[in-house]
Amino acid sequence: MAAATPVLEVRNVSLGFGGVRALTEVSFHVNKGELFSIIGPNGAGKTSMLNCISGRYTPTAGRVFLEGRDVTPLSPNQRATLGIGRTFQNLALFGHMSVLDNIMVGRHHLLKNNFLTGSVYWGGAQSEELRHRRKVEDIIDFLEIPHIRKAHAGTLPYGLRKRVELARAMAVEPKIILLDEPMAGMNLEEKEDMARYIVDLNEEWGMTVVMIEHDMGVVMDISHRVIVLEFGRKIADGLPDEVMNNERVKVAYLGVEDDEGPQAGAVA
Amino acid sequence: MISTSLIPCGQYKTSYAKDTTLFETPVSRAFCVAGVVLLLALPQLGVSNYHLTLLIQIGYLSIAALGLNILVGSTGQISLGHAGFFGFGAFASAWLNNKFGVPVLLAMPLAAVMTTGLGLLFGIPAGRLKGLYLAIATFASQFILEDFFARADWFSGGSSGAMAGTASLFGFDITGDRAYFYVVLFWLVTMVLLGSNLLRSRDGRAFVAVRDHYLSAEVMGINLTKYRILSFGISSFYAGLGGALYGHYLGFVSAEGFTILLSIQFLGMIIIGGMGSVMGTLMGTAFMVLLPEVLEIGFGGIRAVAGDVAWLTSGLAYAKQASIGLAIILFLIFEPDGLVHRWKLIKSYWKLYPFSY
Repeated sequence: MAAATPVLEVRNVSLGFGGVRALTEVSFHVNKGELFSIIGPNGAGKTSMLNCISGRYTPTAGRVFLEGRDVTPLSPNQRATLGIGRTFQNLALFGHMSVLDNIMVGRHHLLKNNFLTGSVYWGGAQSEELRHRRKVEDIIDFLEIPHIRKAHAGTLPYGLRKRVELARAMAVEPKIILLDEPMAGMNLEEKEDMARYIVDLNEEWGMTVVMIEHDMGVVMDISHRVIVLEFGRKIADGLPDEVMNNERVKVAYLGVEDDEGPQAGAVA
Repeated sequence: MISTSLIPCGQYKTSYAKDTTLFETPVSRAFCVAGVVLLLALPQLGVSNYHLTLLIQIGYLSIAALGLNILVGSTGQISLGHAGFFGFGAFASAWLNNKFGVPVLLAMPLAAVMTTGLGLLFGIPAGRLKGLYLAIATFASQFILEDFFARADWFSGGSSGAMAGTASLFGFDITGDRAYFYVVLFWLVTMVLLGSNLLRSRDGRAFVAVRDHYLSAEVMGINLTKYRILSFGISSFYAGLGGALYGHYLGFVSAEGFTILLSIQFLGMIIIGGMGSVMGTLMGTAFMVLLPEVLEIGFGGIRAVAGDVAWLTSGLAYAKQASIGLAIILFLIFEPDGLVHRWKLIKSYWKLYPFSY
């Protein structure tokens, strides 16, 4: 596995907004089949990092490679077509569409019918729609949401919306799926469910996952590899245990007494 | 909001195809088919010419309003220039017929295609502008087109307007309301079918996705610029076709008919009917066309009781004008989802009676 091209490679990515440096020369790579986590304190640049990968932001410097191909100049929709799927931290479902349609939108780039064939519908478009409906139903089954298939996404409770969003990102059939805080704001039970889905997604569906998450218990339990961002810089990269025991990470996360500051910083 | 899918018991859908039909139940489908058959039979059943005129009016306005609903209701773009495209369709069809001798029945869809091209052109700002800014941009397109109609003698006949020939099929002239009614009905049924199909397939979903959350639509692989402009094109096709039907119905097209007022009326139709709903468009258009008639009948009733009072006659003219505006305001306050939502509430009340929950 190590010899193969990584699915995702981020090389020296920097991002600035005016005088604010959101990211400073961050580099990492994600191998095929990995469950990869990005952690860090609030405002560390985790979501900015995902936005650079999914194309919402263009990095001020550095490149992003998907399976060896430079995707830095591409727009978000082109990157989706190439195989980057993602969910959002603040829910971003299509509120007035049914759950089913929301997930079907994820298959946009896989469907071929257009406004002409779609308007005629019978002959071609219909059978294509139904074929993809079958795939979508697999995802609905997997995430255990068949009961809300026809409900409007905007009327659902928070935990279910998160699940629908995951379903929609899965429908893209991405080579890499980016999850922005999939468990934020959930209770323990919902978190356990979501962790199980993510592990299954990785192991059964064989998807490469990049996840941002604040719940350390979950991150350390299910991740294969973790990087830590602080103030837009990468401060640690490695196996969950290594990262957990890294002094700088401890400082970044737990903070230190003022007089301990320089000491703790010196260790790393 | 009441769930939109209140399926009566005994409806078991055993395939995905059955779950994606246009009509929720065989009964609603049968009702719709019966409605079309009734409309087909109507001219033979001795309906007065006046009522037929109203129906034809509802027909061509519905087609244009349907286009606007795809643009405004489904894609979430605003347009204050729909009447311009409606007018362009009318002039283009007359022009194709007069200049090149294209048969009217063929000139109408061709004019719609020409209007599509124009719509794509005027839709380009929509790739970048949103909300109020887009409203002003489309407002500008309305005035550009109005001015074009008044000045382009070669195309529209300028201030004197253009004659629009009568349609003919296999050498038989389609003259009179009774015959023309079928032309309008054919196009209305076709466009309603095409529109409904569009909204349940890939590009229709993409439109709604762009409306509901454009950022995540983009991350799902939808090219925002393409779909925003495409939406203008499709909406213009409907507008152009509606306009062409209108032109050949009147037999004469003049620039005065396509002012900003008509654009606003189109918006009124879809607001009253229900944004993003095909059936709502039909309901809203019928409402707008029939409201003045209903007022007329109401005033007639008062007149029969109270005698011919002078202020009634003058009041009627005011009331007709004001009623549309009032209706839009009342709908915005009390039923922002339009007639189609009210209709759903009535249906579910009926189904659930006597348990209203």
